[in-house]
Amino acid sequence: MKHGSAIIGLGVATFLVLLAAGFAYDAAFASHMWVLFFVLLISVVVLLRRTTFEPALVINRSAYMDEPIRYGVIATMLWAVVGLLVGVIVALQLAYPELNIEPWFNFGRMRPLHTSGVIFAFCGNALLATSFYVVQRTSRARLFGGDLVWFVFWGYQLFIVMAATGYLLGITEGREYAEPEWYVDLWLTIVWVAYLVVFLGTILKREEPHIYVANWFYLSFIVTVAMLHVVNNLSMPVSLLGTKSYSAFSGVQDALTQWWYGHNAVGFFLTAGFLGMMYYFVPKQANRPVYSYRLSIIHFWALIFLYIWAGPHHLHFTALPDWAQTLGMVFSIMLWMPSWGGMINGLMTLSGAWDKLRTDPIIRMMVAAIAFYGMSTFEGPMMSIKTVNSLSHYTDWTIGHVHSGALGWNGLIAFAALYYMVPKLWNRERLYSMRMVSWHFWCATLGIVIYAAVMWVAGIQQGLMWREHDEQGFLVYSFVESVAALHPYYLIRALGGGLYLAGALIMAWNVAMTILGYQRDEEPIGGAIPAMQPAE
Amino acid sequence: MSDKHIDKISGVSTTGHEWDGIRELNNPMPRWWVWTFYATIFWGLAYTIVYPAWPLLTSSTKGLFGYSSRAEVVQDMAAADALRSSYVEVIKGKTINDILADDTLRSIAVSAGGAAFKVNCVQCHGSGAQGSSGYPNLNDDDWLWGGKADAIQQTINHGIRFAGDSQTRDSVMPAFADVLDRKQIQEVSSYVASLTGTAADQSNIAQGAVIFADNCAACHGADAKGNRELGAPDLTDAIWLNGSGEAAIAAQVKSPKMGVMPAWGDRLGETAVKELAVFVHSLGGSE
Repeated sequence: MKHGSAIIGLGVATFLVLLAAGFAYDAAFASHMWVLFFVLLISVVVLLRRTTFEPALVINRSAYMDEPIRYGVIATMLWAVVGLLVGVIVALQLAYPELNIEPWFNFGRMRPLHTSGVIFAFCGNALLATSFYVVQRTSRARLFGGDLVWFVFWGYQLFIVMAATGYLLGITEGREYAEPEWYVDLWLTIVWVAYLVVFLGTILKREEPHIYVANWFYLSFIVTVAMLHVVNNLSMPVSLLGTKSYSAFSGVQDALTQWWYGHNAVGFFLTAGFLGMMYYFVPKQANRPVYSYRLSIIHFWALIFLYIWAGPHHLHFTALPDWAQTLGMVFSIMLWMPSWGGMINGLMTLSGAWDKLRTDPIIRMMVAAIAFYGMSTFEGPMMSIKTVNSLSHYTDWTIGHVHSGALGWNGLIAFAALYYMVPKLWNRERLYSMRMVSWHFWCATLGIVIYAAVMWVAGIQQGLMWREHDEQGFLVYSFVESVAALHPYYLIRALGGGLYLAGALIMAWNVAMTILGYQRDEEPIGGAIPAMQPAE
Repeated sequence: MSDKHIDKISGVSTTGHEWDGIRELNNPMPRWWVWTFYATIFWGLAYTIVYPAWPLLTSSTKGLFGYSSRAEVVQDMAAADALRSSYVEVIKGKTINDILADDTLRSIAVSAGGAAFKVNCVQCHGSGAQGSSGYPNLNDDDWLWGGKADAIQQTINHGIRFAGDSQTRDSVMPAFADVLDRKQIQEVSSYVASLTGTAADQSNIAQGAVIFADNCAACHGADAKGNRELGAPDLTDAIWLNGSGEAAIAAQVKSPKMGVMPAWGDRLGETAVKELAVFVHSLGGSE
């Protein structure tokens, strides 16, 4: 029976979840378990409809396992649109507070929906899909674990759904980027360990003598995120049938643990993992060798060693002891060059292929991504300097900084990787339209530039207004005056985000048409290739 | 695949490995990159010698100058206090009317009070002290509890209907839903509205005036001009705290809303309250 054990397992789980909903300790847990119940019930029904009793098809165990990657690509695209759309909505909520719809859709609940939607749903799925794609091809080995790969994919989607619905129901640990409560955290831990088993298993059975650099980065991302997630979420639930839990840490130790996690979520999820993506897709798309093997080794080890200590720079001028603040800042400064090592290797890989910028919008997207990576990894160390931080901290400058990284680096490199993979995964000759990729590139780039520039201005103005005082030492502005002053910037920011979302929608259309097998009849970018002229 | 391979475009040899068609060049690390990396490490080490950095068993290294961010804050606060000391003591020692009489002192107190207002008062009274429904506008000349400087000072010090302060300004308007019937409430509301020329139903006014005299005049006065001893508002000045028009007046008569303001004396101290009172007094409608 096809899906037999999955159906039985899910059926039992569905029943247990129903019991949990019935005996829930608090109302939020009951609601959340009802959500889970219906999600599982639908899964069981779908599997039952797809089951057959015919003998299973013989799987070609020598071929790459690409079906979960195809699902991963579609999930990435879907969550990208969702995460960006919620981003535009929360941007408008800041400009027009009337858009806060109580209680489920107020800013406080929508904001983690946006951040988790983009980081974990969009970027997370992009990492899952690309890591499975890259590790198989650079190891010349089929994914290890068989159906465990499906468990990782669907288990991760369940984590996303539970996290997202939990936020809207008001269930949160209040830890930035780690908002899901204890039971969702436990589930993610199980899924993540399975992910590690699949990835590491594939590397162990590789046919290549050496492990490719992209896989070092992916592996460091998977291992470190497992450690960060487990330690930061150590907590004691009030009831095994309730939502609320209390952190194992208290006071400033709790804050430091949270920012050790928070900063390295950026460092390993959004930097190391995405460098893995860059190290495969940039050389492939440019058809050039990686610029420097030595640089890749040195900057890899320097990056992962230094990143892990930089978290305290999120807690400058707080109750955190001075020595820890100093170390957080110093490690952040030392992190500048290791971060730039990736930028150099990415950009210099294109030497000998720069002409492709004119004709290949995917290369253009990669170059822009690496440029934004370089810019935000310079801006980050700069903002960690205490003098700069005393102005920038708590202002929209920080928001601008993370978005130049998230939209510029993570978004563009993930989109480029998707554009590369889609025709190959679905055996299409080419994408539906390269001109639409070019449109996507310009919408996205313009959107990021607008977004980041306006948030710099807004953030610096905000910081200056907060500290402005007259010659007698009295504050000149009230907080609410600084809020009112930012209204026009918030509108322009929503415009930038809207442009970026528009680019993603163009891409979704393009990807869907490619998958469906259409090709748009269009002139190649850069004009038709001129006939070869004999050398004179 | 360990044979050396030369990349045709750059002329650089590769490491000899190949993964899915990807090779790696044997380029050295860029010199500027290496030296900048060394420089940041050197700078980082130097910084950790100058500033507190390395954790020890129960404390940490102190750095060369014994820097401490807490000490720095204390120092900054002391410097700010020193800057203000010339007049803080003076303001502390003088009555509010003395301050008003002295142009220099008054302008200092207005700046100081304005700063305190932005932090403590704007949440209810608005950043322009313009108020909003239920929260009085402080720019006009309509004062519930008095608009003289010392009256304002008293209000800020002890608050209004504030449970934690025995000297707080206190009064209660009864809920007339228990005393008057629906028709009587309508009539008295029409009468009150007519005092500012906004009555809708002229036929109610005569009867309303009788009800007013019997039930309301005790606090609001026979002429409805209010009574500051009781915080009873003037009903003839067309300034309405909880909405204008007969419906809003009727709602207030039935079940009155009465504002609460915290006592600030204990929280901000006598001098800051004095400065706040001078600031509010300076807004224009004062007496």
